[in-house]
Amino acid sequence: MSSIPTAPGKVGFPQAYGPSQTYQHVQQFNQFAHQNVAIPNNGSSTHTANPFPFPSATTSQQPVKSSLSSQVPNGGNNHQYNQSAPNYGAASGPFAPTTVLPQQPIPSFPTAPHPTLNGYPVPNSTIPATTATTPFSVQQLTSVPNSSQPLIPSALSSARPAPFPTSQPSSASIPTSSYQQQMTPRSQGSTGYPPAPPVLQTGFPAPQQTVYSSSQQFTSSNTSQPQIQNMNQQFDRMNMGGAPGAQQQVSGFRSDIIDLIAERNVQQLGFDDIPVQIPQQVAEPNAHIDPNIFRSTLVQVPQTEELLKKSRLPFAITLHPFRDVKNLNIIQCSNIVRCRYCRTYINPYVYLPDHRHWKCNLCNRNNDLPDDFCWDPVAKAFGDPRNRPETQNATVEFIAPSEYMLRPPQPAVYVFVLDISASAIQSGYLYTLSEQLLINVDQMPGDDRAQICFIAVDQCLHFFSFSSSKRYPSEMIVDDIDYAFVPSVTSLLVPLKKFKDTIRSFIKQLPDFYSQISPTSNGNCLGSALKLAQGMIQEIGGRVSIFQVSLPNVGLGALKSREESTDGGQNLGPATDFYKALSLECTGAQICLDLFMFNTQYADLATLSEVAKFSTGCVYHFPNYNYRNDIHQVKRFERTLTRYLTRKLGFEAVLRIRTSRGLALTGFYGNFFVRSPDLLALANVNPDSALAAQVTIEEKLPQYVCFQSALLYTSSKGDRRIRVHTMCLPTTGDLLQLYNNFDLKATVSYLAKIGVERSMTGSALADSREALVNAVVDSVGAYQKAVSRGSGMLVPRSGHLRLFPSYVLALLKHSAFSSGRGIRLDERAGAMLMMRSSPLDQILADIYPRLYRLNELATMPEDQSPSPLPLSFEHISRGGVYLMITGTIAFVYVASSADPGFLVNVFGTSIYNDIDEYSLLERDNDLSRRVHSFFKKVTQFRFYLGPIITIKEHSPLRDVFVRRLVDDRSESTHSYVEFLQHLKREISGN
Amino acid sequence: MAFTFAAMCYLLALIAVGFCIFFAIYTVICVDELRTDYKNPIEQCRNLNQLILPEYIIHGTFTVLFIFSWQLISILANLPLAFYHIYTYINRPVMSGPGIYDPTTILNRSTLSSTLRISWTKLAFYLISFFYYLYAMIYTLVTSN
Repeated sequence: MSSIPTAPGKVGFPQAYGPSQTYQHVQQFNQFAHQNVAIPNNGSSTHTANPFPFPSATTSQQPVKSSLSSQVPNGGNNHQYNQSAPNYGAASGPFAPTTVLPQQPIPSFPTAPHPTLNGYPVPNSTIPATTATTPFSVQQLTSVPNSSQPLIPSALSSARPAPFPTSQPSSASIPTSSYQQQMTPRSQGSTGYPPAPPVLQTGFPAPQQTVYSSSQQFTSSNTSQPQIQNMNQQFDRMNMGGAPGAQQQVSGFRSDIIDLIAERNVQQLGFDDIPVQIPQQVAEPNAHIDPNIFRSTLVQVPQTEELLKKSRLPFAITLHPFRDVKNLNIIQCSNIVRCRYCRTYINPYVYLPDHRHWKCNLCNRNNDLPDDFCWDPVAKAFGDPRNRPETQNATVEFIAPSEYMLRPPQPAVYVFVLDISASAIQSGYLYTLSEQLLINVDQMPGDDRAQICFIAVDQCLHFFSFSSSKRYPSEMIVDDIDYAFVPSVTSLLVPLKKFKDTIRSFIKQLPDFYSQISPTSNGNCLGSALKLAQGMIQEIGGRVSIFQVSLPNVGLGALKSREESTDGGQNLGPATDFYKALSLECTGAQICLDLFMFNTQYADLATLSEVAKFSTGCVYHFPNYNYRNDIHQVKRFERTLTRYLTRKLGFEAVLRIRTSRGLALTGFYGNFFVRSPDLLALANVNPDSALAAQVTIEEKLPQYVCFQSALLYTSSKGDRRIRVHTMCLPTTGDLLQLYNNFDLKATVSYLAKIGVERSMTGSALADSREALVNAVVDSVGAYQKAVSRGSGMLVPRSGHLRLFPSYVLALLKHSAFSSGRGIRLDERAGAMLMMRSSPLDQILADIYPRLYRLNELATMPEDQSPSPLPLSFEHISRGGVYLMITGTIAFVYVASSADPGFLVNVFGTSIYNDIDEYSLLERDNDLSRRVHSFFKKVTQFRFYLGPIITIKEHSPLRDVFVRRLVDDRSESTHSYVEFLQHLKREISGN
Repeated sequence: MAFTFAAMCYLLALIAVGFCIFFAIYTVICVDELRTDYKNPIEQCRNLNQLILPEYIIHGTFTVLFIFSWQLISILANLPLAFYHIYTYINRPVMSGPGIYDPTTILNRSTLSSTLRISWTKLAFYLISFFYYLYAMIYTLVTSN
């Protein structure tokens, strides 16, 4: 329990992992250790306490889960299971003893085994001599809200199918503690049961509860269990029906067709997710993956490649592997059950013929279930493997044992590379940065070992040497940038905890220190700085945050302005491979490079962004940033930076995506480095980046197919974890079913990413635009052929094909793909980079913003909220107030003759001219409160959204608002109706 | 029977094409390793890229020799490949060192399979030309007097 080794700034591994070191989470687990000592033979899995009870919202969903671990920074809760091998006494159990009691002090990291019950090193000194009290259970009892208690008995009575012969290792249990006594009623299922949570908070959650929670997570509407069952029944019948026509009738899909040209408002039919129908024979057919995490463009997969070709629909998956999840199941067990042949993790979609075997759903081969997998630690009996969290949830997280580590988990390392050239000083971004960094520096993920370093860049390199004797760091300037070197080995990269005060005062001073233009501020040598930063943290890995305002024009990787020169295309590709090579080296060293760009002049974002592309970084673009003039931009930067600094972070990650036999992933789109055909190397993984992958069908597919992504990463607390997502999709042989199950959200995300990838690697922008149009023409055209009926633009009512033209038109008008010359190169590159790494909700919001009429709030009942309108000026009346949410900006548009009563309530004045940017405050009346709670609702979890901007009919920003009404025509672009006509011509021409 | 310039060209080409065969085999093995094993694409591409320029230079040299000695069949066989080499090198991805393989794109399924196909084709071409040059060398030696 000593503190971290604090030899100042000594970089490198051996030092960072002193043998006496403890991690925060180990301390949390000490409670756990007490328990095991108290009940030496109480079976395998003990349950940890939750020292911080969760809010009732989550507990009511899953009242049966226990939770430990820290809160996810943005509010997601981790539910932690601790399941170790059954700890049989040597003589008592049928199996060989698998674990030893902790007898040794904490081992030094890589070599020593983990001598504990839980795989957690437990220092000897922390085990108290007497542990008769088990404080956790008492705490837990009080922490659970009353509302969840009635649920428990039902879960108990119905949740356990096929009770096992209670083959308790009889001599094993020595009921010594209150914990044990609470156990007994559980196995008898008797009444008089004390408030149940500690009992059920085990490796075995009651299935029914999980069913509810997962279905609620999945469908945004109020789907309840009966509905899901109904659906599943339908699906069964569907499978029995032979002919495709019969299938369609029985399945109850509304097969009616609509004509896009006749139907004006396709938006009103909704854009809900299509439910996935999972066959009943899998272990847990009610487990669904959150579609925001894992999604396929085809919710029913075609069985053959010919069928896919015939449908001409794109087939791809989108994956958001590290998305913040509520109710995440964290499992700690001695051995993680995986397929012996293809290494798939056990998941809800495996086939369980009996309690000893499982059939892998990816390679279809049989595996043995390890004995301890069925062991229910609470009932002290072998339970149903279906009740394990692994087979209950499509998303689980394992705490990986040491064989998943190539090296000891790295500490969090942060390097800030700050531009202090003349234009940077003019933009004044340092003020905002310093302000936000001061607020958030303590919230940055990382344990005691976290290290930090600052480098300022102009024509020279400025390093900051921290020492414990001085209040402020001393600045070291290196001016030989072509042969730059690190001026000090020990004092630049320093432990954050130890130098907290010095670092704080340094951050505070920073903007004032660099507020004057000096003789060296004419240039910027970013390349040299990055090279040195890479060298400094080469041995550890970590994150380098680059704040850049000007074009790097001196030193290594110097660039020239090429905004005007248009020879050879649109200059969206890189100008030099220096940044790519650097980025590849960084990936190898587990260093991630993130880029914040604030340029007013051209700064070749297309080339600089290469640093982020291959090192899993993100790029945030704030064009024309100015601290004094542009308050919206500043606010947006504040929000972005806060999120950036405090979000969860996984280090040295690899992501493997496995697919069922017969499927193959052929191309990946996003920010990462493809390490081998199914393995992506991610230097850092953050919860705000996503990827897309193209899928091809190689052989005939069985009744259902699965995709599994496994993300192995080091958490900021220094343990190795594996997050596994599994998606199961049924297949179909019917062409029309494909169109009915066409998912546009995944498609748009995929098409945007693939378009960006092509445009930024040298293809002409016009080709990407044409490819987008062709995607609609092909799929809608193929549908016309399939239904072979009449003229017009026919699309199925179900599925999302009806919205495809509208979204592609919006994509074509987005600044990433629009053909106009009015968009500056950096702005276009910034828009493209956003699409390349963003998850689909961000992309969708940015290309097709949501538009709401706020006046409706005044007349609506309390529990309803306005529905989104089509993005056309015809839906904007002169008397309305509208809210538009894009990916980065939110507008409130006030029309000139808006209802004065509404204006008084919301803006505090009825005079139109008096409304300004600052009028939209929360006021003390019902309507204003409703408006603001609606704002909160629609902007929740949108971390990259700026503040709400009020626009009036004559404000200069009105153009920006009008340009976002993508269904209308502009000088050089089609309106939606014209676009439909164009598509129709193309289709009939083919 | 005399050792003419043409015969010498064939002799040199014979040796040179031997090297090319070695390069082609090595490329096939490396690319296949990328596809099946878990070789690091960065290192693999570095290895492969080292061989690109030597191969192109060797091939270009004996093509030029054939032009000087005016061996029509050999010229016709080799010119397309020489032009293909020039074309690929001009259109190579942006990179500072020599070479044509980009570690960031080589693992795309389509790039990988096309690279593999090209290297197999080249291997076949070099093997056939090896035996043809052997035959042609002996033929020139025998027929010329």
